Amino acid sequence: MPLYLNDDQKMLQDSAADFMKGEGNVAHFREFRDKNCKDGFSHALWKQFAEMGFTGILVSEDEGGLGLGHTEAGVVLEEIGRNLTPSPFLATAVAGVEALNAGGKALRDKYFPGILSGDSVLALAIDEGAKHRPDQIAMAATREGNGFKLDGKKQFVVQGGSADTLIVAARTSGSAGDDKGLTLFAVDTNSSGLSRDSVRLVDSAMAAHVEFDGVVVDADAVVGEVDEGGAVLQRMLNAGRAGSAAETLGVGAGAMDITVEYIRSRKQFDTIIGSFQALQHRTAHLYSEMEIARATVLKAQQMLDEGSSKADMMVSVAKAKAGNTTALSVREGVQMHGGVGMTDEYDIGLYMKRDRALAEFMGDANYHTNLVAEMHGY
Amino acid sequence: MSDLESFREETVAWLEANCPPEMRQPMVDENDICWGGKNPTFKPGQKEWMDKMAAKGWTVPDWPKEYGGGGLSRAETKILLQEMGRLKIRSPLSSFGIWMLGPALLHFGTEEQKLHFLPPIARGEVRWCQGYSEPGSGSDLASLQTSADDKGDHYLINGQKIWTSYADKADWIFCLTRTDKTSKHKGISFMLFDMTNKGVETKPIVLISGQSAFCETFFADVEVPKSYGDGVSSVVGEVNRGWDVAKYLLGHERSMISGDGSSGATSLGSKFADQFGRDEMGRLDDPMLRAQMAEMDIDVLAFRAMAERFGDTFKANLCHPAQPNMMKYAGTEINKRRHELIMSAGGSEVLEWESDASSGGLTARGWLRTKANSIEGGTSEVMLNVVSKQILQLPNA
Ligand SMILES: Cc1cc2nc3c(=O)[nH]c(=O)nc-3n(C[C@H](O)[C@H](O)[C@H](O)COP(=O)(O)OP(=O)(O)OC[C@H]3O[C@@H](n4cnc5c(N)ncnc54)[C@H](O)[C@@H]3O)c2cc1C
Ligand SMILES: Cc1cc2nc3c(=O)[nH]c(=O)nc-3n(C[C@H](O)[C@H](O)[C@H](O)COP(=O)(O)OP(=O)(O)OC[C@H]3O[C@@H](n4cnc5c(N)ncnc54)[C@H](O)[C@@H]3O)c2cc1C
Repeated sequence: MPLYLNDDQKMLQDSAADFMKGEGNVAHFREFRDKNCKDGFSHALWKQFAEMGFTGILVSEDEGGLGLGHTEAGVVLEEIGRNLTPSPFLATAVAGVEALNAGGKALRDKYFPGILSGDSVLALAIDEGAKHRPDQIAMAATREGNGFKLDGKKQFVVQGGSADTLIVAARTSGSAGDDKGLTLFAVDTNSSGLSRDSVRLVDSAMAAHVEFDGVVVDADAVVGEVDEGGAVLQRMLNAGRAGSAAETLGVGAGAMDITVEYIRSRKQFDTIIGSFQALQHRTAHLYSEMEIARATVLKAQQMLDEGSSKADMMVSVAKAKAGNTTALSVREGVQMHGGVGMTDEYDIGLYMKRDRALAEFMGDANYHTNLVAEMHGY
Repeated sequence: MSDLESFREETVAWLEANCPPEMRQPMVDENDICWGGKNPTFKPGQKEWMDKMAAKGWTVPDWPKEYGGGGLSRAETKILLQEMGRLKIRSPLSSFGIWMLGPALLHFGTEEQKLHFLPPIARGEVRWCQGYSEPGSGSDLASLQTSADDKGDHYLINGQKIWTSYADKADWIFCLTRTDKTSKHKGISFMLFDMTNKGVETKPIVLISGQSAFCETFFADVEVPKSYGDGVSSVVGEVNRGWDVAKYLLGHERSMISGDGSSGATSLGSKFADQFGRDEMGRLDDPMLRAQMAEMDIDVLAFRAMAERFGDTFKANLCHPAQPNMMKYAGTEINKRRHELIMSAGGSEVLEWESDASSGGLTARGWLRTKANSIEGGTSEVMLNVVSKQILQLPNA
């Protein structure tokens, strides 16, 4: 498969680009931020996502979706990144749907209709500390009747306050660090004993601290097999990481574009500042890194779509490379804007904040670089 | 089975049956490269392998068959290279004829020139060198002064080239000469001539690696015929329009140099962990070096994806024409960093310059050689200039 988008994917890219630029653009982002919306995104826009078919990208055609893959999800996410579109797309339609795809038909029948119609929002409850450490998950799920009882705390549950359902990773046996013993659950956020405290993040998205105090769930809330949730979690993480790498790439590309445009027009010393070699070389270096990151993200998506056994490795490479590159893009962007780069009026700072939040989502560049070393056996 | 799958099967079977065992050993240094030419020094297995591959056209698998190539599609070529990599089979033939002159001739040459010059390149019979740089014309190549005066049936060449890689070993040269002094870019011609001509002299230059792979090349009243018979002109493209050919060729040269130098190699960290020692968790026992090697793994794997994408988009005419400059910049900078890490991992042992234990300073010499990667074929700074002007459309100062 050649490493560029095919004609269908390009068509999807065009329509996603038009849609985000038209409906989910930076002005829309500012509007929702400035009215201090408790969701951090527009439910009406989420409905429109559904009408466009985007929420069903990873849902099979038999189940009413588009039956497409990670490459296509990434195409949409890149445009979301480029336009800073606030939406629950990544957690719900990419990572959430991928987890449910690994679960049973009953779960899919229960949740897919709401996702396809844009009525439902899922959130992911994985992290328990400030850094992403899925191998250290300690939250307990103990057997209770024919179901389980959940006790513990989760944090950085993005859009957890707006979600109707959480995908929760917990321990049904073993202890933190063990390979076996994890189980994933789909948990109704109205369950008794479940409390959520939503906080606004640096990028103006909302994330929840979630407390589980004896939350009882049925056995049919289990996604996949009891104690074998590691594999489901890995599948969900791969989808989320490749997806967030794609969104990150869009943030970096958007930041680079507005910066290049800015230095092409700003004048100092009677000249366009973009004619100074000091800025040209740094911008050209950034372009080069962005191109490499783009190839890497697409490679990871294609490998996931092909079911390659080496996809885990490439997904981590993509998350790290896109993260490093976009961090460079937003830093250079603010710097090359000079004083106006520090103002809320200019968009470049919004890109910097979005990148910062995405970097932490499902593991930062350091986390994935370390993982690549481990996968290589050193 | 699809056509490509059966092509892969047949290719593997043929490679395994025909590749001499010596050609499946890892290359140790530059001397293990087979360059061909009129006065070659072959190591065991090299000539056999070159001839067998040339007979199939697989020294230049994607060139058309009538010019000595294999006529393979992009997908087939990819499979051949993948399988050669997987089976750890060496390239049968390397040459400036394959990487640089060939693509330029395929694009700009007349049918007569292609039929005359390409097959001997494919068969490894003629070794070419590149006469571009001059003492006063490096990055600003178009300022070159080596003159070619029109003498009716021939040109008279006078001047000097420098940094001419392997000029002392090459049979022929593709050389940029000035045929019009009144126009900088539109006064250059792209000429082909024999290095055994009277008046051609080469003087090797010693590099910091201690090797002397390149030369000063002098031309004193060298007579270059306008035609080599049968309508084969010695000038490629039009007279005075050699800059177009030169630039096109540089594009190929840059793509070629852009390889990160690690193709087929496993990650640096896994290679050095055994040698270095591991902690109780099995990690390379130097946390800073481990971190740097892991970052290198990320960048190398990422660049490999880029190289694949570049190849695919280049063939499909989807990539920006200035993209080879970006590839050259990124690939060579990674390769330099990689060799810094290899030196660091080797510690004091790889400082030994002549000992048997260090195979004559192989690691150190290799490290020093990579410093040229971001100079030869256009410097990193020049690549960034091209990217910022042609791709990012930033204005001139
Ligand atoms: C938080 C803050 C507080 C400030 N407080 C004050 C204050 O109290 N009083 C006051 O008077 N000012 C103040 N400033 C203004 C500050 O001094 C200017 O922002 C600064 O001098 C840069 O000018 P500029 O913003 O116009 O950027 P520009 O000059 O437009 O620069 C834009 C970009 O182009 C680059 N650039 C410009 N010229 C060249 C060149 N020749 N070669 C290479 N690159 C070049 C710059 O490095 C920068 O990256 C403040 C700024 C900030 C952000
Ligand atoms: C190992 C090796 C093999 C080579 N083989 C060949 C060969 O086979 N045939 C051949 O013709 N040539 C060959 N070369 C020559 C090579 O192409 C030149 O060295 C190269 O083009 C740079 O020219 P220069 O050495 O004159 O450096 P200069 O052009 O003098 O550059 C010096 C420094 O100034 C910087 N610089 C120059 N112009 C600019 C600018 N506009 N903006 C910013 N920075 C700038 C450069 O990047 C560099 O860092 C070889 C070189 C090496 C090292």
